[in-house]
Amino acid sequence: MNAAAYDVVVVGAGIVGAACADAFSRHGLKIAVVERDVVGSGATAAGMGHVVVMDDSDAQFALTRYSQRLWQQLAPELPADVEYQQCGTIWVAADEEEMAEVKRKHSYYTERAVPTNILDVEALACMEPNLRSGMAGGLLVPQDAVVYPPCAARFLLERAQTRGAQLLFGSVQEIGRGAVRLADNTHLSARFVVNAAGAWAPGLTPKLDIKMRKGHLVITDRYPGFVRHQLVELGYLKSAHSLTTDSVAFNIQPRQTGQMLIGSSRQYGVEHKQIDPEILSRMLRRALEFMPALAQTSTIRTWTGFRAAAPDKLPIIGESPVDPSLYFATGHEGLGITTALGTAELLADRMMGNTPAIPLTPFLPTRAFVEHSHA
Amino acid sequence: MPESTRIVVNGEEISTQPGATIAAVLASRGIACRRSVTGDLRGPLCGMGICYECRVEINGIPNCRSCQTICEPGMEVSTGGG
Amino acid sequence: MAAEKKCFDVLIVGGGPAGLAAAHRSARAGASTGIVDDNPALGGQIWRGETPHNKSEAAKWLNLPRTHVEILTGTHVFHADARSRTLFAESRLANFELHYNHLILATGARERFLPFPGWTLPNVMAAGGLQAMAKSGLAIRGKRIVVAGTGPLLLAVAAYLAKHGANVTMICEQASFTRLVRFGLGLAAQPSKIVQALGLRRDLAGVPFSANTWPMKAKGNGVLQSVVLSRNGHTQELACDYLACGFHLVPNIELLALLGCNIRNGFVEVDEFQKTSVENVYCAGEPTAIGGLESSLLEGEIAALSATGLQDATGALRHKRGKLSSFATRLETAFTIRPDLRTLCEADTIVCRCEDVVHGRLTPHPSWRAAKLHTRCGMGPCQGRVCGPATEFLFGWQPDSVRPPIYPARFESLAFVEHELGA
Repeated sequence: MNAAAYDVVVVGAGIVGAACADAFSRHGLKIAVVERDVVGSGATAAGMGHVVVMDDSDAQFALTRYSQRLWQQLAPELPADVEYQQCGTIWVAADEEEMAEVKRKHSYYTERAVPTNILDVEALACMEPNLRSGMAGGLLVPQDAVVYPPCAARFLLERAQTRGAQLLFGSVQEIGRGAVRLADNTHLSARFVVNAAGAWAPGLTPKLDIKMRKGHLVITDRYPGFVRHQLVELGYLKSAHSLTTDSVAFNIQPRQTGQMLIGSSRQYGVEHKQIDPEILSRMLRRALEFMPALAQTSTIRTWTGFRAAAPDKLPIIGESPVDPSLYFATGHEGLGITTALGTAELLADRMMGNTPAIPLTPFLPTRAFVEHSHA
Repeated sequence: MPESTRIVVNGEEISTQPGATIAAVLASRGIACRRSVTGDLRGPLCGMGICYECRVEINGIPNCRSCQTICEPGMEVSTGGG
Repeated sequence: MAAEKKCFDVLIVGGGPAGLAAAHRSARAGASTGIVDDNPALGGQIWRGETPHNKSEAAKWLNLPRTHVEILTGTHVFHADARSRTLFAESRLANFELHYNHLILATGARERFLPFPGWTLPNVMAAGGLQAMAKSGLAIRGKRIVVAGTGPLLLAVAAYLAKHGANVTMICEQASFTRLVRFGLGLAAQPSKIVQALGLRRDLAGVPFSANTWPMKAKGNGVLQSVVLSRNGHTQELACDYLACGFHLVPNIELLALLGCNIRNGFVEVDEFQKTSVENVYCAGEPTAIGGLESSLLEGEIAALSATGLQDATGALRHKRGKLSSFATRLETAFTIRPDLRTLCEADTIVCRCEDVVHGRLTPHPSWRAAKLHTRCGMGPCQGRVCGPATEFLFGWQPDSVRPPIYPARFESLAFVEHELGA
């Protein structure tokens, strides 16, 4: 039986766990991160790497904007393989109802000093000529960016390691009361333990109300210039909102190689990793509705991942209501990449008793604990 | 049986033996198929449609495997893409 | 574009010897038969460019009875659904939904590529690849060609090239003479014996053969100009126009894996009737074991007989096949790739050609998956078919699971794949 004493042990080396390790080690804390597979191989490997401001709620806006700014500050230090690119987002409106939503978002963001531009039909067609005709317009958010998440996670972890953080590989079986037990019976002791295990967080903390939400992605061969911004249909918001039904929404991203990444899908209650052919087809057909020219492009790979979804669509950041040594940084659903840096800073502030940059109350775990385990 | 097939490569008309693949025609003339991610010239490696090094644009469609495509009269081929 | 639907009693994927043999037997049994191959014509690798109109063995098999057999060339299968017994395929201009009662997979093998400095220069090709290109119109008359790697394939390739007017500068076999002798071809340290045994003597007369020899580096300015060889402990540089490298074959099992067939040590498990672990799915030829032409033909016939309910007629064929298997094993042992070939790469030698990932970026990673995620090695259009076996040899990495599309496919083809819902 081995024992080691750390200030914090972080469970999970996805983008959120890696960001936590980076932030905590920067504060001089002695850190270990435990990963059971490959760094950034969970939802981190299945995300689109979109660094985006969202306005579902004021809390969501605050967190995404705060975190996006942290990405902007970090950008000059990111190595080439993280592929940080401020390509901007265009929220695409297919009809007048969605254009009304464009205008609402524009006002909301303008009031909060986030630069956005309303695009009319012509402007949209000019910026993205491969979108089919008949769109109503869109909203350009120029400060949104994209990254390649597994390498971003690795970069953050390596930075933490230069400050003495340790990366351990093993499967965590039990956490709590300042202890972490691995499958090989290694015991780690720490003042704090952070459950950053994403979709598998409830495996370690059964009372955590997190559901797995499966997503699919497709990547094409190289078509430089085919799409220039991250494009998201406004219907995406309806998809992300639904708590129960399977849905798809058009989402496409240009990578630096000229390859195009296409999403997105959401399914509940499916826990196998295999491609679901029906959902994949739906997702691809949805993309064809927006960009018919995709038809002839060559698709190279498909893959899936599991988002960790909390019921109120906000991540879970903060200490457990029943165990003050146990912290959570999970439940990020489709915004894990964007909010990883902000999550880590907020958690570090909370742990050290500092005032967080944005109010933490909406994210505190109390609201995400269930009295009985759900079926 | 025609004595040769005429195709257009990078804007230039060339004659090829009938039944030849585009990849064979390009390689015979020392024309590389594509540029790699870091900009190196590349040509066919496997000759059987596995390696994807022989990708060229055929009649406006990029990323076609030239080793699996027999020259047809009037085909327009562009090389040097991704 | 909607998929064109077709139905077959017996559907065969792969138009090489195994697939052709299966097609003949299937047609003879009266089954409606389809045969799909992604090359422009049938014949696979060994019979590429052969005509059905002469008296050769190839012609005999290439002459399929069109009344019972529908041929789909230039068509590759990118997806499959074992439950609904459907394959999804596309050609350059069309896409297909192919329904079957029985499926015979004769998808053959591809060459293994081993990276070394300069191997990405144009005109460095696979051994069989250069032969395929020559058969497809590549001008080789008078060209200086070095053939390197391992195994009897090198001799067959060199013989073909020499016969068609190329100047084959040298055949470089990495195996040592000791191993070649042990291979038991009555060698007595005479390469001429191998040549004789394979009936290639006339074609290879005067072509230097060097054992204990392998390529260390290909050199040239934007195109191959010379190759540096390690030859019995010394280096020797040979000017050349083409370098053909062959390091054994790797079975094409991707479609079989997608269908859920059991795979062991990289080969598909079949019973004596060529049945896989998936109902109504058979496999013949190289994906079951690298056995060569004769074995592929026999297995193709056995698979088709089994698929058409004629298992009882397979006795003699199975007996013949059994006698061939030991040859294949002896071949593997004699021509085992030596460990020296793991040390050829420098830190800046490209290993993944699709993504230009160099050796130095791969070494820190413990597994294929980790390397793939962090360097994008294996994420390009070859889907790891080139770099997968290379990294398996270099680092011992095992590939991970197979997902559709198993070949890059048009977006619309993938979008309009329809599956039956429910159990």
